[in-house]
Amino acid sequence: MADVKLAFIVSKPPYKSEVPKLGATHAMAYQTVEILLEEGDTVTPVLCYVGDGVLNCLKGQKAMDIYGITSTETHLKNCLLVDLDVYVCKEDLENFGIQEDQIVDAEDMGAEKKLQVVPFETIKKTVEEAKHVLYF
Amino acid sequence: MGTLTIGLFSALVGSMNYDFALKLAEAAVDKGHKVNLWFSSNAAGSPLKGQKHLKDYSHGETPLRKLIEKGVEVCTCEACSLARGVNKTNAIEGVQWSAMHWYLAKIHGSDRVLHIGGE
Repeated sequence: MADVKLAFIVSKPPYKSEVPKLGATHAMAYQTVEILLEEGDTVTPVLCYVGDGVLNCLKGQKAMDIYGITSTETHLKNCLLVDLDVYVCKEDLENFGIQEDQIVDAEDMGAEKKLQVVPFETIKKTVEEAKHVLYF
Repeated sequence: MGTLTIGLFSALVGSMNYDFALKLAEAAVDKGHKVNLWFSSNAAGSPLKGQKHLKDYSHGETPLRKLIEKGVEVCTCEACSLARGVNKTNAIEGVQWSAMHWYLAKIHGSDRVLHIGGE
């Protein structure tokens, strides 16, 4: 019986890149992984956005209108809905001039969880505490 | 002996990542380690059978079949493969089809994970 902590680090920007969406969907898969694990085994993911990756966290994305594909915003909302911990690097948001009220929430879907704006130090600690790091 | 899980997101053609991942998998399994190989993103287009081995291009089918014969568990993301025109009827036999939870479950039981990103 063991819990394995995983850090999912997303540094790629959104829209035509598939990678940031895969970061979110792979992290979200912790919801169903237990069907393949032994009784009592679990996976605990933390999804972290750093660098250009923080652009994934902007609300009002128009990927569906422009490219006909689901936006990362939709995936992020789903992450919040399944109570995933999602960290956004505070320093990188500031570098882009993005305010906290410009980032995604899933209140309209009834999610209690919110994106957590944290200093880079917190993300570094998350990486240190994780058994494995998956970089998207 | 240990368990190594490789998550591969790079395409067969376009970088050395794919070739490296398959060679590493073979080296590990030859040393007696258990190896799992997960294809997602552009790597999920690679389990197509009937690839013509042109000398100017990377060739994935033969080394992939060899890995499966040696006992490497190879699984592709079903949605990623279908989006690239690869389906169960035109895919290399022995490749498993699943979703991201397969990768997380293999990671759970692994001593080492090598996640090779794409694009």
